[in-house]
Amino acid sequence: MAEAATATKGHADGETRRDFIYLAAAGMGAVGAAATVWPFISFMNPSADVLALSTSEVDLKPVQEGMSITVTWRGKPVFVRRRTKAEIDTAAAAKLGDLPDPQPDAARVKKPEWLILVGVCTHLGCVPLGQKSADPKGEYGGWFCPCHGSHYDTSGRIRKGPAPKNLEVPPYAFLDDTTIRIG
Amino acid sequence: MAAPAFKNALVRWIDHRLPVFTFLQHELHEYPTPKNLSYWWNFGSLAGIVLVVMILTGIFLAMHYTPHTAFAFDSIERIMRDVNYGWLIRYIHMNGGSFFFIVVYIHIFRGLYYGSYKAPRELLWIIGVVILLLMMATAFMGYVLPWGQMSFWGATVITNLFSAIPLIGDGIVTWLWGGFSVDNPTLNRFYSLHYLLPFLIVGAVLLHLMALHRFGSSNPLGIDVKGPQDSIPFHPFYTAKDAFGLGIFLIAFAGVVFFAPNLFGEPDNYIRADPLVTPPHIVPEWYFLPYYAILRAIPNKLLGVIAMFGSILVLFIVPWLDTARVRSAKFRPTYRKFFWVLVVDCVVLGYVGANPPDGWFIVTGQVATAYYFFHFLILMPVLGLVERPLPLPHSISAPVLKPAEGKA
Repeated sequence: MAEAATATKGHADGETRRDFIYLAAAGMGAVGAAATVWPFISFMNPSADVLALSTSEVDLKPVQEGMSITVTWRGKPVFVRRRTKAEIDTAAAAKLGDLPDPQPDAARVKKPEWLILVGVCTHLGCVPLGQKSADPKGEYGGWFCPCHGSHYDTSGRIRKGPAPKNLEVPPYAFLDDTTIRIG
Repeated sequence: MAAPAFKNALVRWIDHRLPVFTFLQHELHEYPTPKNLSYWWNFGSLAGIVLVVMILTGIFLAMHYTPHTAFAFDSIERIMRDVNYGWLIRYIHMNGGSFFFIVVYIHIFRGLYYGSYKAPRELLWIIGVVILLLMMATAFMGYVLPWGQMSFWGATVITNLFSAIPLIGDGIVTWLWGGFSVDNPTLNRFYSLHYLLPFLIVGAVLLHLMALHRFGSSNPLGIDVKGPQDSIPFHPFYTAKDAFGLGIFLIAFAGVVFFAPNLFGEPDNYIRADPLVTPPHIVPEWYFLPYYAILRAIPNKLLGVIAMFGSILVLFIVPWLDTARVRSAKFRPTYRKFFWVLVVDCVVLGYVGANPPDGWFIVTGQVATAYYFFHFLILMPVLGLVERPLPLPHSISAPVLKPAEGKA
C-alpha cells in the first residue's frame, strides 16, 4: 500500500492526482462531443442556396395609389401598399401611448407613400387579410389576421389582439424611384 | 421459475443458447395477471397493435410518397387514385392515427381512474407520458406530409410556438424550418423524423412493458395480488380477452376506414398548400384540440405556450401529486366524481379548441383551462389527504369468495 500512501500524502481532503485525470478526460470528452454535435445542428440551418434566394426586386410602377401587391421574399409574403394621403395621416396621428408595440410611422417607412411589410402575423405566423379590396381590414383600416383575431393599422402596427409585435418591416432599399430590392 | 421443457428438439437447442422461448413462455404465457381485470385493461394491448399497424402501413406508403413540396400533394393523390389499394393503405394509416389517440386517451384515463400510476408503478406511468409526447410529435409531422393547406398552416402555427421563447426563439424557428418559412427543407426533415420516431416509440413501449412486468398490471380494486389465488396465467385467459376486444375494435376501425374515411379529417387539407393564403379557420387534428384551447385561453403568447406544454408535463408528476393511499377510484367516492368532471373538462376544452376564439368560447376556454390545472395541482394533493376512502377488500378473491363461503 506504499503507492496509496504516497498518493494521499499532502491531500488530507482525499483528492488525488487521478481525480485530475478524470476531470480532464471528461472535459476533453465534452469538448469532443460538442464539436461533433455542432455540424449536425448547423446542418439543419438554412443552406447556401436558401440564403442565396434571400433578395427580391420589385417593380413599383404598376401600383396605383391605394393599391396593394403581395410579393414573395424568402418564401414569405411581403405586402407592398401605396398608401393614400388619408392612410398616411391616420398612421402618423396615432398616439404612441395607445400602441402595444410603440413605434412612430416615420420609423417604419422610407417614403411615406410606400409601406413595405412582411405579411406574417407576429402571433403564430398566419397571413393577415387586407391586401384585396374585398378583404376585411380590421378595426384600424390596415390588416386583420383571421387565425386568432389580431388587428393591424395602416402602418402595420398591432393595435388589438394576441400578436405581441408590429408587422415586421423587411430590410429594403430603393434602387430608383420605382424599384425596390427587398433583403 | 425453471426453464420449461419444450417438446421440439430444435426449440430446445435454440433456447439453450438463446432463451427467447423461455422468455416468451414467462412473459406471455405463465405471466401471472390479476384475475379481475375489466375490459378497460384491453386498451394497452390495443395501442400496441395499432402501433404495429401504423408502422406497417407507413412503410408501404413511403414506397409511393415523394417528400418534395412540388410533388408531395400529387403523390398522395396518386396513391389514392392510381396505386393498387393505395386508398386502403392510406385510409388505414390516416384513421389509424386517430384511433391510436382514442385508444391511448382511454388508456390514460383508465390509469387516472384506477390510480395505476401509484407506487411502485411511477416509472411505468412516466414512460407512458413519454410515449404520448413521442406520439404527438409523430402525428404532427405526419400530418404535414400530404402538403395540403392544413398541413402547411398547421406546421407554420405549431413551429411558430417556439418563437415565443425569449431571445433565441426566432433563431430556433429558422433552425427548425431550415429556411425562412415552412418549405422544402422543413418537409424533408419532417418526413425523416416521422419515419424515425415510431421506432423510438417501439423502444419506449418495450421499456413500458419491462416496467409493467416488474409488478404486473394494476387492477380495478387497486389492491396488490396477495397470492396465486388472485392471479391467472396471461395465456389463454387474457390473450383470449385481448383478442375479443381487438375484434370489437377492428369492427369500429373498419367501419370508419370503409364508410367514413374522412370523418376525422379537414376538407381544407385536400387543397394544395399555398404559402400566401391562410385558410380562414385553422384547426389542428381533433386529438390536439384541448391543448390548442389551452394555448389560446391565455392572451400572452409566451404564457400560452408554457401552459400548453405544461398541460402535458403536469402528467409526469401525477404519481406525487396524488397523495391518496388508496389506488382505485372505486373506493374514493369524492375523487370518482371529480374524475368525471375532468373528463368533461377535457371534452369542453376540445370543443372550445375547435371553434373560433371569440364570444363566450374565450371565457369557457379560460375556465376549462383553469379547472384542468386546478384538478392536478390542487385537487389531487388536497383530496388525497382529506378524503375518507371506503373500506378495501382483503384480497382480489375475497369479494368473490365470501358470498360462496357464507352459503356453504
